[in-house]
Amino acid sequence: MNSLALLAAEGEVASATGITAYAWLLVLLPLAGAGLLLLGGKATNAWGHLLATALSWASFVVGLLVLLAMVGRGHEERAAHVGGWNFIPAGQFQLETGLLVDQLSIAFVLLITFVGSLIHVYSIGYMAHDPNRRKFFAYLNLFVASMLLLVLADSYLLLFVGWEGVGLASYLLIGFWNHNPAYATAANKAFFVNRVGDVGMSIAIMLMFATFGSVDFATVHAGAAEAGSTTMTVLGLLLLVGACAKSAQFPLQSWLGDAMAGPTPVSALIHAATMVTAGVYLVVRSHSIFDAAPNAQLAVAIVGAITLLYGAIVGCAKDDIKKALAASTMSQIGYMMLAAGLGPVGYAFAIFHLITHGFFKAGMFLGAGSVMHGMKDRVDMRGFGGLSGFMKITWVTFGLGWLAILGVPPFSGFWSKDKIIEAAFIGEGWRPWVFGGIAMIGAGITAFYMSRLFFMTFHGKKRWVDEHEDAERGVHPHESPLTMTVPMMVLAVGSGLLGLVLSWGGMFTHWLEPVVGAHGEEHPVLAVPVIMALTLLLVAGGAAYAWMLYWRDEVAVVAPRGSLVTQAARADLYQDAINEGLFMRPGTHLTRALVFTDGKGVDGVAGSLAAMIGGASSRLRRVQTGYARSYALTMLTGVVAVLGALWVMN
Amino acid sequence: MTAALTALPTAFEAVKVDYAAVGPMLVVVAAALIGVLVEAFAPRLLRHTIQVVLTLTALVVAFVVLVLVSVDHHGVTVGGSIVIDGPALFMQGSLLIFAVLGILTMSERFGGRSADAFTPMGAATPGSPAEAAADRAGYATSEAFPLTMFAVFGMLMFVSANDLITMFVALEVLSLPLYVLTGLARRRRLLSQEASLKYFLLGAFSSAFFLFGAALLYGYAGSSDLSKIASAITTANGDLEGLLLPGVVLTLVGLLFKIGAVPFHSWTPDAYQGAPSPVTGFMAAATKLAAFGAILRLAYVGLEASRLEWRLGVAAIAVLTMVVGAVLSVTQTDIKRLLAYSSVAHAGFILVGVLAFDRTGVSGVMFYLVAYGLATIAAFAIVALVRSGGSEATHLSQWAGLGRKHPVLAGIFALLLLAFAGIPLTSGFTAKFAAFAPAIAHGGLAGVVMVVVGVLASAVTAFVYFRLIVLMYFTEPTGDDVAALTPSIASTIAITVGALGTVILGIVPGPILDLAGRVSQFIQ
Repeated sequence: MNSLALLAAEGEVASATGITAYAWLLVLLPLAGAGLLLLGGKATNAWGHLLATALSWASFVVGLLVLLAMVGRGHEERAAHVGGWNFIPAGQFQLETGLLVDQLSIAFVLLITFVGSLIHVYSIGYMAHDPNRRKFFAYLNLFVASMLLLVLADSYLLLFVGWEGVGLASYLLIGFWNHNPAYATAANKAFFVNRVGDVGMSIAIMLMFATFGSVDFATVHAGAAEAGSTTMTVLGLLLLVGACAKSAQFPLQSWLGDAMAGPTPVSALIHAATMVTAGVYLVVRSHSIFDAAPNAQLAVAIVGAITLLYGAIVGCAKDDIKKALAASTMSQIGYMMLAAGLGPVGYAFAIFHLITHGFFKAGMFLGAGSVMHGMKDRVDMRGFGGLSGFMKITWVTFGLGWLAILGVPPFSGFWSKDKIIEAAFIGEGWRPWVFGGIAMIGAGITAFYMSRLFFMTFHGKKRWVDEHEDAERGVHPHESPLTMTVPMMVLAVGSGLLGLVLSWGGMFTHWLEPVVGAHGEEHPVLAVPVIMALTLLLVAGGAAYAWMLYWRDEVAVVAPRGSLVTQAARADLYQDAINEGLFMRPGTHLTRALVFTDGKGVDGVAGSLAAMIGGASSRLRRVQTGYARSYALTMLTGVVAVLGALWVMN
Repeated sequence: MTAALTALPTAFEAVKVDYAAVGPMLVVVAAALIGVLVEAFAPRLLRHTIQVVLTLTALVVAFVVLVLVSVDHHGVTVGGSIVIDGPALFMQGSLLIFAVLGILTMSERFGGRSADAFTPMGAATPGSPAEAAADRAGYATSEAFPLTMFAVFGMLMFVSANDLITMFVALEVLSLPLYVLTGLARRRRLLSQEASLKYFLLGAFSSAFFLFGAALLYGYAGSSDLSKIASAITTANGDLEGLLLPGVVLTLVGLLFKIGAVPFHSWTPDAYQGAPSPVTGFMAAATKLAAFGAILRLAYVGLEASRLEWRLGVAAIAVLTMVVGAVLSVTQTDIKRLLAYSSVAHAGFILVGVLAFDRTGVSGVMFYLVAYGLATIAAFAIVALVRSGGSEATHLSQWAGLGRKHPVLAGIFALLLLAFAGIPLTSGFTAKFAAFAPAIAHGGLAGVVMVVVGVLASAVTAFVYFRLIVLMYFTEPTGDDVAALTPSIASTIAITVGALGTVILGIVPGPILDLAGRVSQFIQ
């Protein structure tokens, strides 16, 4: 607070007035909803879901009012600081926390509350028959509250609280249908990979505290330029570890595909639109740190580039509609990470793409949910085909999302993704060619796998059996109820127009400038029209190839064995094996207990017993023989060892 | 030798005792003695009630005396063997609170006539006719209460001991009753007695180390007084330098044994498993706090000047403790052993704070101890409630699906586990922060390394706790007849206080951290 108060006096971040002073309502409203629904018990069963939805919308309205108040202020005075809650006021640890409402956080607030509220509405229909509907909505509200806290926090500590909160909500929601052991396992995997990220975050926060004496953004950012570059690099890399785990970036990406076990609205909200983008938010929010540490920044770009290709390749081989979308999410977040790693030229585009992606990907996930709703919860696209005639609304809304992610002008993705590709071509030496090339090739592959998904589901010949012919295996595709289709339509409008609207006259990038800093006019190594033409050419090529294979030609109902590449992609490019190798290299079983990407570990967890046999633990355990004499011997050995070591040292 | 002789006073003088300063200790020891008389003279049917009321009253009175009177009586007293200063008062107050909670859980009867956790006749052979007869006759081991009070007395003295002799006496006074209490479990008597004997043997072994170390330090400094040892170290003349390091190491070993630091931890899982659960909870919380109090005082008052010589050794022990505690907790299948290894890991985390050698380290450590103690007592109180066929269901598989049958109880337990794991908004997070931040700020490279290891180790332990939560909520019950008994008002209070403390210290840790920060200055 001290530092913030100081800054406030200098006029950098003013204390909030008017409606902005009530910004804490944003977090509190959904939090109250979660509390009421969880504590209220069965009494709230009948109307709990409506209350949760209403509170989420209320939060959106508050966000809108705050935005209006912000627009009313001058360009440079828009950021405001709300309240202070002295978390740890004792002596040396001054940990004052409050909310920071600025251009960046309000953009997130609106994305989270708007998409979140739409998904609440959608869930009313989707979860109508679930016995635990009340809990589901309570968790959704909890998620919205935590996510808002994450983006509104004015310090890394409070951000971390939100960070853990979204992790918890995500865990609860992935494992929501925990009667299925595989789902509980998936939830666990997500939890453990995220713990790896949390370790990075915790150490980063401690390091900040040691370096700057405070963990609020203002102090850290003010001190970032002066602090040693080694410290900044370490700090940047630690934050990157946290970001990778949360945003499913290489090498901590393994959990996202499995997380699709959760109910589809959850995949749309958490694993497409909001939570998984928290890593991008973290990097952009910490831009001063990354600007002061070019090596860490390069690492961000490399991670983004690798994930971008990785997700795209995996996406080409997945037959599960949700897993294909998950791979695509991973790849798109790779684009955002790449942009964030490019420095000032990329920050604004990273956030811009994040916003448009939030709309079109959430829309497509909801579409996938609608398809599953009509197809007896089946997810294998090889069993779909020709659904466009049966689900018109789903088809059209999904189609808009598909056009958006392909980057076809004038749909949303064109405005944001192409900007990232252009930005990737800016720079000197090898970087623009490598990063730009990867981003461009990624766009082509994206076009292929997204078209594949779209054609396999909605076009070509139908590969399912009608209910009349076979009551057992047959399905009866039908359009979903209005509570589900209306949110899809709204998101589809966003997929169509949002990019155009926000990029009108560079509106959005200009809006973010006070937060992420301006950058000079820089030119890509290739002329912009050339980049654009090449990209569109690749996109058209990818889509055409998909059309040949999955619309024109017959699609096999059972997946063919495929080439080695296909097999590898189907197995997520052996990410579990790679992860294991990567983390096993220290040679200790200890890390294995940490990472849990290998199936055995996770199964052991879900298998209800401590089953980490073969690890260091059971080996060490043998020392615990139960004999007092051997215990005494251990003690004596310890004493002799310590004494001997100290003697030698002194 | 001649120097020591000439230092003796020529005429015997009675020492001055500031009764107000040591008032809480006097109240506790008086209650313990009265408790012994109650055992001898009160009618059997009333003993349990009388003992519970007596001990609780005494503890509350002692706390009131501490808060109202002793706080204004800082200083060295009882001939220089007791010192009442900020840390001593803070820890004595915390000990008294732990004792109240511990007594509340120990007094649980589940509607029976005597305390449920304790055997009707400690002296009887397990399974013998004598034991069965004692059970039928409704005998009760109500001496558990005076024993606890003696232990509390020893702990109060331990955290305020100003010389090595007093410290040793306090160590024994607190340990002996605990050895006995460990062997008094009503069920699984053999396990309990075995644990008691092991604890005793190893405890005696470690006491010998402490005593030998104290003798060496006395030889080095010519006094067992902590401040005199400190000044002897700073004005070292070089003759006896060889005595210092072994003296320091051996005394520290005696104390590290009590906190369960690796490699002196082997007793912990056995004793924690064998002891009656309420005793385990009390022991884990209070003994750990008292022992850390002694370590802090010894390290910060007596041995700080020579810390460069021994600090790395203790740092290595801290790292080892965190790693071994965390890794071993992974394979445990018994809930009490699991919590025992978790307590080992926590001892390592707290040692990190100790090694900061700064006032903030002292306050961080004290805060951690309070947070950990509250959560631990409540956790073991819950363990005592979960039963299968009358005896405690301690195997992890028996906890499967507990969340469905007893959502509130399992919810509180999950909260406590989250606190052990150090998740934000629980006391565990603030405590870890309070203990680790000073280590980074003042501990140099060793401090940073310890904190990194600490954070990694806590990630491992988080897995363990988390697995337990998954087990309680997401796994089908095994079909065993596992059910939680309905706690009496006493246990309910203890569990509630523990859980509330965990939440409050997590959300508004300010007041307690502030208090700990203000009183973190030792009197030299």
